[in-house]
Amino acid sequence: MLPFAKAFVVGGILCVIGQILIDKTKLTSGRILVLYVCVGCILGGIGIYQPIEEFGGAGATIPLTGFGFRLAEGVMKEVDSAGILGIFTGGLKAAAGGVTAAVVFAFIVALFANPKEK
Amino acid sequence: MDTSKRAKQEYDQMVKKASPNSPIFMDCIKAFFSGGLICGFGQLLLDYFNESYTEDEAALLVSITLIAIAAVLTGFGLYEKIGKHCGAGTIIPITGFANSVVSPAIEFKKEGLIFGTGAKMFILAGPVIVYGTLTSMLVGLIYYFVGR
Repeated sequence: MLPFAKAFVVGGILCVIGQILIDKTKLTSGRILVLYVCVGCILGGIGIYQPIEEFGGAGATIPLTGFGFRLAEGVMKEVDSAGILGIFTGGLKAAAGGVTAAVVFAFIVALFANPKEK
Repeated sequence: MDTSKRAKQEYDQMVKKASPNSPIFMDCIKAFFSGGLICGFGQLLLDYFNESYTEDEAALLVSITLIAIAAVLTGFGLYEKIGKHCGAGTIIPITGFANSVVSPAIEFKKEGLIFGTGAKMFILAGPVIVYGTLTSMLVGLIYYFVGR
């Protein structure tokens, strides 16, 4: 199977789960993002997300569960290298690139774009 | 407050009546294809970056690229337009996270760059980062004591 197809299927399934949650529960999209990050982090912590990532590639890392997974991997790696203090630095270190990119691009775009009138 | 609540309930019922019988199925199909497409595109980017960068660098470059694209689309008001049809397919991927940062950053610009754009851009990303960080600490703690 092509990496593209694998990513498509795994990413698609993760989005369908989110869609079912939106339609079937009262969860707003913000809560679902929070849920996805936490679940991804826990699954990464207990080693379940690693095989999903190996199979799905970007299909597993681009959905927000992948963000949580990255936090888990970061914190475990940091605990390995820095000990107990690693729990304070590992998570956000792993998230730094994505968060910084979001902040920077949001700021730049906000400078130029104007809210559309409703 | 009470009347607006009742109005919302009435509206919800109206929506329910007006919607076709099985909207969930169609929603899921749309979410599957739109979300799948974003991830597939991300995979192509990943393969491309993997040729000249390490695995970690390539993954980060994919995130940054997708976030930048989503930010620009949001700036032109296009992400919401596409997202209307895609539901979770455009919410769950990191592009949705980017949209949740950029959109209020623009929306609250009129309240100033500090307390409008600066503060409100974290209205959704804030909780994600807070609970992600808390969960990662928990994972790290358990890993420290029992995992290794």
